[in-house]
Amino acid sequence: MSAAGTSAAGAPGTNADRANRSDRADRADRERRADTTERAEWETVVGLEVHCELKTQTKLFCGCKNAFGDEPNTNVCPVCLGLPGSLPVLNAFAVELAMRIGEALHCEVRPSSFHRKNYFYPDMPKDFQISQYDEPINVGGWLELPDGSRVGIERAHLEEDTGKTTHQGETGRIHAADYALVDYNRAGVPLVEIVSRPDIRSSAQARLYVTELRAVLVATGASDGRMEEGSLRVDANVSVRRVGAAALGTRCEVKNLNSLRSLGRAIDYEVARQVALVEATGTVVQETRHWDENAGRTVPLRSKEEAFDYRYFPEPDLVPLAPGSDWRARAAGAVGLLPSARRERLAGLLGGAPTPQQVDQVHVVVGQGLDDLVVAAVAKGAPAGLALVRAANELAADIGAALALDAGTFGSVVEMEGRGELTATQAKAVLAELLAAGGGDPAAIAAERGFEALSEGSLAAVVQGVVEAHPEEWARYSAGEEKLAGFFTGQVMRATGGKADGKAVAAELQRLRR
Amino acid sequence: MSEPPALGRDDVAHVAGLARLSLSEEELDTFTGQLARVIDHARDVSSLDVHDVPPTAHPLPVRNVLRTDDPCPGLDRGEVLAAAPDVEDGRFKVPRIVGEAP
Repeated sequence: MSAAGTSAAGAPGTNADRANRSDRADRADRERRADTTERAEWETVVGLEVHCELKTQTKLFCGCKNAFGDEPNTNVCPVCLGLPGSLPVLNAFAVELAMRIGEALHCEVRPSSFHRKNYFYPDMPKDFQISQYDEPINVGGWLELPDGSRVGIERAHLEEDTGKTTHQGETGRIHAADYALVDYNRAGVPLVEIVSRPDIRSSAQARLYVTELRAVLVATGASDGRMEEGSLRVDANVSVRRVGAAALGTRCEVKNLNSLRSLGRAIDYEVARQVALVEATGTVVQETRHWDENAGRTVPLRSKEEAFDYRYFPEPDLVPLAPGSDWRARAAGAVGLLPSARRERLAGLLGGAPTPQQVDQVHVVVGQGLDDLVVAAVAKGAPAGLALVRAANELAADIGAALALDAGTFGSVVEMEGRGELTATQAKAVLAELLAAGGGDPAAIAAERGFEALSEGSLAAVVQGVVEAHPEEWARYSAGEEKLAGFFTGQVMRATGGKADGKAVAAELQRLRR
Repeated sequence: MSEPPALGRDDVAHVAGLARLSLSEEELDTFTGQLARVIDHARDVSSLDVHDVPPTAHPLPVRNVLRTDDPCPGLDRGEVLAAAPDVEDGRFKVPRIVGEAP
């Protein structure tokens, strides 16, 4: 769960100091043993907790806006500030999205209730977080990955997000911070926490799981999937055991994994650390660790608290939730096509087996939720391969604007490029302008920029002229000095003001040489 | 179900620590006695046969109290921050947090 708890009575520094010393010992030990560690004897065991911010208009228990990037503390009210006398009321659409997630992950969607998770940390002004405890809305399920493996889902429950704490100090490091600043805009934003079973066996599989889960969350309409904005956050429970062992090893929870890259690196680091530790001392200490991306290592944060230290108890201000079969069926119906089906649909448009490059493009386009746009553009006549490339590259680069783009407009640009009326460079420029302006008329933009592609005849004339103006270079190129092709292309581009298509120029040069 | 162990002084000290309550030695003794009596009283329930009684999540016979996902205005930031002990850059300024993470 996202909320941090404080350790029990006593000086918190003592634990941290002890943990720091043990970490230094870990590192020294790992370095000593790095060469001799027989990794083949060890199995990696990972379970992931993914926090997904739901794409609602408002927070989970109040009508404050759920918006990223607004001025600090402008989306707050008595409920999310925990002012006395305020009462939470559950957001029906957050429940709907949670049920869609449950359906998409093949969970049992059940009657549920809310608990208070009590802890002292300034990210929640109430001093507790409302979460689901022993009766979560979604239980049991699985996610199938593109490689065919299946990862079990333990539960996917509703809870509120915490406020955003920024540590201020000379070094910017948590342990060295002088004070902290808190923005409560995020406090109370609806989250679904998806807890996997410890079924993941490598850092690569962990990355694949998060990538696929992210695509599922985007496809259900529950999430915008933006890891860089923190709308999808991952904690990893990592342990190791000897190959063939039935019992799980002692796990460490790793936090602060803000990207897929961090996730993979942190798991690899943690596995190496734990293997060295077990080989040296026989045990791993259960604790929560913080991934330091710059240093490329995990550092101890706190020893694992017992669950009862959060003193969960039923939230008296909220009655139980028991969506009827009608509502559950509506949510299931709203799930729509899942990523695997979307990938198949997109690949099917290509009219042949996709190249490895196209397989990657299909993953990007579905992962970003751009596939409906591509399918609609192709239905209007745009060539599929080109639409896929432009969506995977140009549209995915400005995803916010791309999702608002009209399919017909996008399709027109791709069609113009397909017909040779625009070069690749020109098509990219037109798309960039459409994205920046939030739409427009592609033909008008092309005309305004003077993007009238050269006809084949006039291109041939320009190339001929350039060749005649540089007889010496042409002789060398004709003799097989291939690098001069670049020289001629540059000259043609200069002569045409960049309107020529590079591929067409290369073809014309080849033709003249023959 | 076996009887839970009796409440001890250490339990009270632990719970007080979690609640950030600073208790004197005398207060610990007093509250250990008082809390033990409260828990003993609640323990009376375990003498009843409740195997066919479903657990109660809430005393009211009400389900699904919901609101639509429509934004409504919150509080003015100036008003909110006026109640804060300290403020910087439009945010609440709080003491540093030792050994903890967001």
